[in-house]
Amino acid sequence: MTLHRFLMAKPWIWSFAATIIVWIVTVLFTGGASSFGLSQAALTFAAFSVVVGIGQMFVITLGPGNIDLSVPATMTLSGTLALKLMDVQDGMIVVGLVASIGIGLIIGLGNYVLIKALRIPPIIATLSMSFIVQSVAIWSNRGLRIKPPETLASFATSGLFGIPNVALVALILSVLAWVLLEKSIYGRWISAIGQSTFAARMAGIPVDGTRLVTYMLCAVLASVCGYLLASFSGGAALNMGSEYLLMSIAVVVIGGTAVAGGNSNIPGIWGASLFMFLVVSMLNTYGFGAGFRLILTGLIIIAVILLAGGRQSLR
Amino acid sequence: MKLSSGTVRLIIPAASLVLLLAAVFYMQPRAMSYTGLNLLFNLAVPIALATIAQMLIMSVNDLDLSMGTFVSFCACVTATFLQTSPGLGILILLGAIAAYAVIGVVIHIRDLPSIVVTLGMSFVWGGLAVLILPSPGGTAPGWARWVMTAKPPLVPVAIVASILIAAVTHYIVMRSSFGVLMRGVGGNDRSVERAGWSVIGIRAATYALAGFFAILAGIALVGLTTSADANIALRYTLLSIAGVILGGGQFVGGKVSPIGAVIGALTLTLAGSFLSFMRISPDWQIGAQGAILIVVLALRLALNRLEKREKSQ
Repeated sequence: MTLHRFLMAKPWIWSFAATIIVWIVTVLFTGGASSFGLSQAALTFAAFSVVVGIGQMFVITLGPGNIDLSVPATMTLSGTLALKLMDVQDGMIVVGLVASIGIGLIIGLGNYVLIKALRIPPIIATLSMSFIVQSVAIWSNRGLRIKPPETLASFATSGLFGIPNVALVALILSVLAWVLLEKSIYGRWISAIGQSTFAARMAGIPVDGTRLVTYMLCAVLASVCGYLLASFSGGAALNMGSEYLLMSIAVVVIGGTAVAGGNSNIPGIWGASLFMFLVVSMLNTYGFGAGFRLILTGLIIIAVILLAGGRQSLR
Repeated sequence: MKLSSGTVRLIIPAASLVLLLAAVFYMQPRAMSYTGLNLLFNLAVPIALATIAQMLIMSVNDLDLSMGTFVSFCACVTATFLQTSPGLGILILLGAIAAYAVIGVVIHIRDLPSIVVTLGMSFVWGGLAVLILPSPGGTAPGWARWVMTAKPPLVPVAIVASILIAAVTHYIVMRSSFGVLMRGVGGNDRSVERAGWSVIGIRAATYALAGFFAILAGIALVGLTTSADANIALRYTLLSIAGVILGGGQFVGGKVSPIGAVIGALTLTLAGSFLSFMRISPDWQIGAQGAILIVVLALRLALNRLEKREKSQ
């Protein structure tokens, strides 16, 4: 049963298969007229989920209890401050990006200091942190909505050869993350920590340093995502990150990353992000209301985790 | 004097509550009255109930990320069905309790991460709430309104309700044999199973009980606000987790404290009022709540270290 073993070793195949089915079902309904527009929209919106999802995946790989709830607040703060700093000047685009990466580094560092120094569980530490970050964002978001610089806005909303630029950025980040995870010693370390922190410590892995870097990486990816999202949507809004809290966790889990840690999977995040967006647009096309859409989304998440959990217990 | 570790764990939350209350009274002496206290703690009642529900889930080592949407859903049912056709409303709420029990069992049987399952459920409850009340509306049932606005002599209803919740849940969790089993499952479910108990049954009952308290939270909330909205209680997910931790509960090991959880909920509510009395601009209120959470947890760490040092001596 080589095919069987191949499927077991590549859990992300399921999310891609589901994505293709949903895409076909949606396009069939509209008679093929929307296939290009739908694919573009799916790639654009999936790109944002992919970027935050990768960060969350690194954190979840660290093992049970590791999760970053400060993702939405980080996105909002970085988007707000970066746009404010750039102040519609094209010359400041790089400065804005550097600033938003800096914000991510600081928040990630703060998160891990709380976790380590106060021995707070990561959920509560990142939650308290997100309260503070959110306040800073509210305070700095006062006044008029600032537009992104012209060049940046057109970059974020246009594409190359029909592929949206944000999707290309997400693709580059995914490849980097894949190399980091699969080919670097750091990636081996986080998987080892996720499988057994105790054994990892015994093996001489710098557990604290690795965890610190992971939380900082997650926050940086979230703030880069906030920077892109604010540029894409023509300005930062205080609630712009809110849906990405659940989304970042959902795409990681549906993508086939083990929730118990120690085993992660980047292609799956793409499959899951596309899938989550396409399900919503499919339900929209078929004229379901917001209520049904939410219920079906929830049931799909539960169904996927039920199936995925079953696969694991078979081993 | 020898204090039990449970009592020690309650000292910090209780002290922070007293300290906050003293600060509020100092800044606004008029709050030191029947009406003042009622206003300060009114909104704490539904939060306390939701915190208790979260604490029950946490006592079996799980976490409920759907608490906020579930309380919103219950609030919507209360403001619509429970008010117009009580029979149907009660049936829906019983169904919700059954759903909670099923979730508890499924999580155990398939060994699933509770965070993800309840995350999925939060979409389901949110969707149902939107279906029931697409736009804010509904009316509170007369009795819910009556209970929440009752004026008992001497002590305001918010305080009476908080004490009642703490006493009842303290009895269930700390004194009854069911409570011992429940915390036992959190501590070591295998040994509970080997002792001949059905872990599945205990978990189902724990989840059902949590669902029941979350429903009470929804009813209490509607009693206060008189109408409902599908997003009315979304903050409760995070507030309830923070309340349990603030009250000395722990994520694993079945170490929970119902009295602490209620105190934690009161502290979080009071922190909001305290900050507005401090004339801190509303921008910083959420942040200051986060800061208070961090300070209390830091104090607890210091106390734990002190306790350990005494033991080792």
